[in-house]
Amino acid sequence: MAIPTADSPPLLEVREISKSFFGVPALRNVSLSLRAGEVHAVIGENGAGKSTLMKVLAGVLSPDSGQIRLDGTPVSVDSPQTAFHLGIAMIHQELNLCDNLDIGANIYLGREPTSYWQIDDARIYRNACRHLEAVGLEVSPRTRVDQLTIGKQQLVEIAKAISVDAKLVIMDEPTSSLSQQEATKLFAVIRRLRDQGVAIVYISHRLAEVSELADRVSVLRDGEVAGSIEHDQITHDNMVQLMVGRNISQSYARGHREIAQPMLSVNGLRTELHPAHPLEFEVHAGEIVGLAGLVGAGRTEVLTSLFGVESPISGNISIDGHQVMIANPREAIAAGIALVPEDRKQQGLILEESIRHNVGLTGLKRHRRIGGFANYARELEDTNKMSNELRIKSSGNGQLTKHLSGGNQQKVVLAKWLAMQPRVLLLDEPTRGVDIGAKQEIYRLIEQLAQRGVAILFASSEMEEVLSLSDRVLVMHEGQLTGEIGRDALSEERIMQLATGSDLVQKLELTVAH
Amino acid sequence: MKKNLGILGLLIVVCVVTALCSRGFLTEFNIENLIRRTALFGIISIGAAFVIITSGIDLSIGSVVCLIGCLVPWLLVEKGIGVPVTLLMIACISLCVGLIHGLLITKLRLQPFIVTLCGLLIYRGITRGFLDDQTTGFKGQFEDLRQIGAGAISLPGTEFDLPIPLLILLAVAIAAAVFLHRTIYGRYLLALGRNEEAARFSGVNTDRMIVLAYVICSLLAGLGGLLFVCDVGSAQPVDFGNFYELYAIAAAVLGGCSLRGGEGSVLGVILGTAVMRVLKNSITMIDAIPNKIEFAVIGLVILGGVVADELMNRFAATRAVDTKPNLTSKST
Repeated sequence: MAIPTADSPPLLEVREISKSFFGVPALRNVSLSLRAGEVHAVIGENGAGKSTLMKVLAGVLSPDSGQIRLDGTPVSVDSPQTAFHLGIAMIHQELNLCDNLDIGANIYLGREPTSYWQIDDARIYRNACRHLEAVGLEVSPRTRVDQLTIGKQQLVEIAKAISVDAKLVIMDEPTSSLSQQEATKLFAVIRRLRDQGVAIVYISHRLAEVSELADRVSVLRDGEVAGSIEHDQITHDNMVQLMVGRNISQSYARGHREIAQPMLSVNGLRTELHPAHPLEFEVHAGEIVGLAGLVGAGRTEVLTSLFGVESPISGNISIDGHQVMIANPREAIAAGIALVPEDRKQQGLILEESIRHNVGLTGLKRHRRIGGFANYARELEDTNKMSNELRIKSSGNGQLTKHLSGGNQQKVVLAKWLAMQPRVLLLDEPTRGVDIGAKQEIYRLIEQLAQRGVAILFASSEMEEVLSLSDRVLVMHEGQLTGEIGRDALSEERIMQLATGSDLVQKLELTVAH
Repeated sequence: MKKNLGILGLLIVVCVVTALCSRGFLTEFNIENLIRRTALFGIISIGAAFVIITSGIDLSIGSVVCLIGCLVPWLLVEKGIGVPVTLLMIACISLCVGLIHGLLITKLRLQPFIVTLCGLLIYRGITRGFLDDQTTGFKGQFEDLRQIGAGAISLPGTEFDLPIPLLILLAVAIAAAVFLHRTIYGRYLLALGRNEEAARFSGVNTDRMIVLAYVICSLLAGLGGLLFVCDVGSAQPVDFGNFYELYAIAAAVLGGCSLRGGEGSVLGVILGTAVMRVLKNSITMIDAIPNKIEFAVIGLVILGGVVADELMNRFAATRAVDTKPNLTSKST
């Protein structure tokens, strides 16, 4: 096996790549070199810029500035097709296979060999057989893709990459939906590819996997390369240190709050996504609890289950000491629970309707007159009050919410729930896509609500938000509550350790310490 | 409101052109008949609008008109069942039809197009089989009941008679408008038509509201069937109510309902129906237009209306973008 050394020439070089979305930088002067025959892991927190970088490499996004050099010559990767022809294959987290077609058809999709204007099936299946063998998949190439497990589908994707002689294979969280066994098999295939001289970019949240597999690790933080770790230096602690790195700025001042009786008690809650892990936790009146974890850890499912959007498999929920049954959002609302959902545009707002209609929607039933007539005067009053209180910037209450900025849209979502004066407020990514100014206002608002005795549970991928806002943090890893950290013991390192599912010893220490 | 003005403009244009080209158009008889037909079609179009507002579709309207239209004389004349019981029965049947559509669409998550397409085939087939393709008619009886479709009230001091279906349409339209714009349920319907998921996340019982829309649509189709057969006097299972669902949907869309859901006004739907009826009438009236191309003319006018509306929207949208900086600077 050819162990790559620092002086072997880079296969692909990324130089000073920058990319911004609507003025918000996602990548800042990122440089990276990938050598043939190495597994190069790219890690970083949520939003560090990993996927943006990979999309640039795969031609999905074009960079604002910077250069990509392949074998020493500058290339322009302006579309996924170009990337493909250059030998760059990307395997997305959500696989890109047509599951109504068979394996052979998928491998040759869009570049079917033909003879006399007919698809040359014989050639497809003969070649596909060879590629499947290379990835150790022992099924007929005539098998329909939907008959395969996710793990095997992934191998089909790799076979597809091999079939075009890809020099660089990018894998985005390839093990996120694999079983342990499937993952082991995948690693064997990855190692074999590496030994054949293919460069592999491996993106993962699972640090254990990374230390097992990677020859080199690059860490992204806030859109910049925080550092690289060579093979013999790859340890869990080294990686976490680089991922976290930054000084935690206490960007907003916290007031003092009384934390009172338990308001929301959850017992044995099993969500549909992770039925194996019953969850148990409490949120007190006047308390702000953060729910941390990596993408896919099951945070959203906890919140939507509590709000009755999805029905949990089992579990008891009590509000203020009284057990409640929640089968749909109406019952959750009746119990005094409100949810600011993750997907503002799809779940939070009706974009084609006005601010007033959006804010009023939750209150229509509460304020209805006899016979189901709507109380528009009350709706207007509520909307005006909320617009002032939350300082929603608009041309008027009749403005369509689709024309508002992200921050103001989120304020409208908050307004529609605050009008009902909830006892428990659930927030999923409360400041996603919101500018700094509105962010601070939303934090202030959450804080004020807690002061009024509302129990607040929020899920967030933004470490700074979790650190500055929470009185207590619950950390999830793959559907499991891996720990609980009180305000005094709160640190980014601890959260990351629990969120990446570090060893049990550390977990025990933390819970004991708490 | 702007949309309604646009469609009113179209209505006036079609009326003026027809009046200029045909001497028969402005006669009392023709106008009274036109109003009657507009009222009858307006009722089923309002039903279609309710479903379209939820971003659904009901293709079974014509077949429900046929089922009810054929059943009413059959029950009254052949079976000798009393008027109140007959009315109760057809109300129940219409209600059940809508309920089944709604439940299949919300609980089994079937597509509205498929469910109501099957309805279109099933109710027509049942009626034809049940009545063995025989025409049913009032045979000169039940003249009092038939007044609701065929009758008219003479306006004192004029020669003009006001068709009774117009009064029924007005009652239905007022009830529908009040429901849609004054009750919380109407707001729920409009909200879920635009974004069902967000409405559900806001605590709206979206399934129940959708079922309600299909029930309203089928009930109005049933009422339509009753009024149509009362107007005409007899019904033939093979072609009674043929294509009525398409007229209803076209009228609703022409009247400002978006098939994407969440949009529509009762007044617009009535104006849309009127345009459809006047167009059909003018094709018959104007000798220069052969009757054979009736569908082509109606199709082209609707297409023209929808294209014009879309272009206007885009124009308004680009203007809104241009003036947006002003809007934000005005805000506090």
